[in-house]
Amino acid sequence: MASKVQVPAKTESQGFLYSALIAGWLVPGAGHLLTGRWVRGLLLFVSIAAMFWLGIAMQGKLYLPNTGDVLDMLGFAGDVGNGLFYALGRILDLGHGAVQVATADYGTKFIVVAGLLNFISAVDAHNLRIGRKI
Amino acid sequence: MFAPSHFTAVLLFATFASVVFGITQRSTPKAMVRYGLYCWVMFVGVVIAASWVMFLIRR
Repeated sequence: MASKVQVPAKTESQGFLYSALIAGWLVPGAGHLLTGRWVRGLLLFVSIAAMFWLGIAMQGKLYLPNTGDVLDMLGFAGDVGNGLFYALGRILDLGHGAVQVATADYGTKFIVVAGLLNFISAVDAHNLRIGRKI
Repeated sequence: MFAPSHFTAVLLFATFASVVFGITQRSTPKAMVRYGLYCWVMFVGVVIAASWVMFLIRR
């Protein structure tokens, strides 16, 4: 009887194993580009970048690491998932404007969720890189 | 400054999150599209249902 178990293909295990994970974290979709899935990488980049920058445009807040508030620290953990976007936002001094609209809180959530989605995306790229996912 | 309506914010959130979920949680392109659409419908559908529940409670 033929087995239906699919064994993952281990085709891309040469070089630094965590390159896709790190690249995917720093730039959304870059990990998928490294593994040759450029359509997926482009879609991930557009989705996560749009979510982050729309959050900034909605006057969302960029959390800081050392405020002493547990909820702020959790927010920072999500924000830092945006990789270089977060660094760019901090360098450009974005994400701490006075709240003028009711949707500004949604902007904050957009930024945090964009970071969390990018963590998922980077881990997916890593799974593709090591052959755990086809 | 970008100040969307609450429903527009929901649609944007559902669209971007569904794209990422579809790509990362499934392996084949067809399954990705199907799962992404499923997530989008669930995001928006649950919001609409919850909105009606809140409306009826307040009434």
